[in-house]
Amino acid sequence: MTVTESEQLAYVAAKAADARVNVELETDDGMTLNIGPQHPATHGTLRIVAKLDGEQVLWVEPIMGYMHRGYEKLVEVRTYPQITTLVNRIDWLAQTCNETPFILATEQLMGVEAPLRAQYLRTIFHEMGRIAHLTMFLGDMGVQIGALTPMFYAMRDREFVLNQTESVSGGRFHPNFNRIGGLKDDIPKGWLDETIRIMRKMEAFCDQMEELLLGNEIFEQRTRGIGIIPAEIAQQYGLTGANLRASGVDWDLRRDVDSPMAWKHADFNVVTHTDGDCYARTWIRLQETREACKIVTQLCEDLPAGPIMAKVPRIIKVPAGEAYVATENPLGEMGYYVVSQGDLGPFRVKIRTASFHNISIVPWVLRGVYVPDIISILGSLYFILGDIDR
Amino acid sequence: MGLVESGKLPKPLTQLLNTSRKYSLWMYQWGLACCAIEMAAAMAGPRFDIMRLGVIPLPASPRQSDLLCVSGTVTDKMVPAVRRLWEQMPDPKYVISMGSCANCGGPYWDSYSVTKGVDQVIPVDVYVPGCPPRPEALLEGVVLLQERIQNEDMADKWRGDPIVVS
Ligand code: SF4
Repeated sequence: MTVTESEQLAYVAAKAADARVNVELETDDGMTLNIGPQHPATHGTLRIVAKLDGEQVLWVEPIMGYMHRGYEKLVEVRTYPQITTLVNRIDWLAQTCNETPFILATEQLMGVEAPLRAQYLRTIFHEMGRIAHLTMFLGDMGVQIGALTPMFYAMRDREFVLNQTESVSGGRFHPNFNRIGGLKDDIPKGWLDETIRIMRKMEAFCDQMEELLLGNEIFEQRTRGIGIIPAEIAQQYGLTGANLRASGVDWDLRRDVDSPMAWKHADFNVVTHTDGDCYARTWIRLQETREACKIVTQLCEDLPAGPIMAKVPRIIKVPAGEAYVATENPLGEMGYYVVSQGDLGPFRVKIRTASFHNISIVPWVLRGVYVPDIISILGSLYFILGDIDR
Repeated sequence: MGLVESGKLPKPLTQLLNTSRKYSLWMYQWGLACCAIEMAAAMAGPRFDIMRLGVIPLPASPRQSDLLCVSGTVTDKMVPAVRRLWEQMPDPKYVISMGSCANCGGPYWDSYSVTKGVDQVIPVDVYVPGCPPRPEALLEGVVLLQERIQNEDMADKWRGDPIVVS
């Protein structure tokens, strides 16, 4: 194994940074507990440093950046069609949901709009991404609390949704199926009926989870009244998505913002809860899975015929300008601010991801709680590390 | 166990030891990014079920494990932790590198913060390519690793070339 000098220097620098953090944490009173960066309860590589007084948390500090992959710099040296491949991987559970806002922002700059059929299909894939994502959450939330069984159910039923994505795009996740101006292909024969059948299965899965997880006495005790976030605080910290709706704020970009997607043709409810605790956040996500199944079923049933690709030039050049488009992703508002100077690639892209803002409330919400509650609260806030660090 | 380390073990005993090691791999999963989800599907998913191969996921600590599965993007900030965990594992230990990111940097080949391959810091036995690899590919990697363990001579362990799943 040959190691060049620059690699060695980078290694030494990283070690030094590590040591520096450790020194800063040495305290006189209380105990400092380091959780992570590799810990099952942190969904990957979040590192949390907590100062404890007995069982009680005095303060916590999330240390991020272990999954920083440099998206915003990388997209500056890629062309627009290449970027969709890259941004797919930001929120790795949400499949197409990452592509949608970027594609919409680019289309807005170019002044094209996808045909109606493509809009419908995009929305279907977006919602299927949401179902796959939230299914994983429901399984994972059980694991956090110590119930391993829901995970197996979630994994089993998630495969059905992934299969559908695979049969249309070839990828289980990271489908990379959206194109500027439409979609890559049309759907295969019989796909719609199969999808509707699977949505019924997923609804049954939701019923099952409601009894298995939310109806569980231990689960209720570990989550009810824990980690309460009042609506006002939630808004101040910029929470979005289910975390905000669990605090009683009725805000959903799918309904409240007009975008060239098919949500306006579907009939669905925006679920809110007033408690703002861990239980409410879990409950909201369960209901959202149901609503997503409803949306997919409706859109599959009245999918219009027609082309799936608008007229776009072969080599995509985006006129100079700026656009910000956000959509409601499983984790909350995800938006892209694209600045173009008329080249093959963007001049600058700012990515607003939901998890980064959701996680910013952690020091506030974890202050004064007991150590086991850290796990329930982090689990119910639900973040994806790639979404935080980008 | 000086015999094992010196590599002068009688053949039948080596075979026996190897067979038992092969079917009780404790796998420490270092799930870092998207590939971790496919790894989880291989482990917890009833459709793939890695346990039927004799791999036991979720050991409590790296000190109990024989196999490290690095799946996902290793960043420069993460590298010291990867190295430290690998050092904590007892010998004999094996490493599976899952996904293009862990193999060579993957889609982030020109990123400033991503380590271009985990093999720069720890020796890798099996490379599983793909972005993300399907869970079946991970299973295939495990099977190939088991084959290697079966035919392994302790003294030879570090002289072999890595396996690439194709
Ligand atoms: S190889 Fe691909 S899927 Fe795996 S972690 Fe890297 S980007 Fe994600």
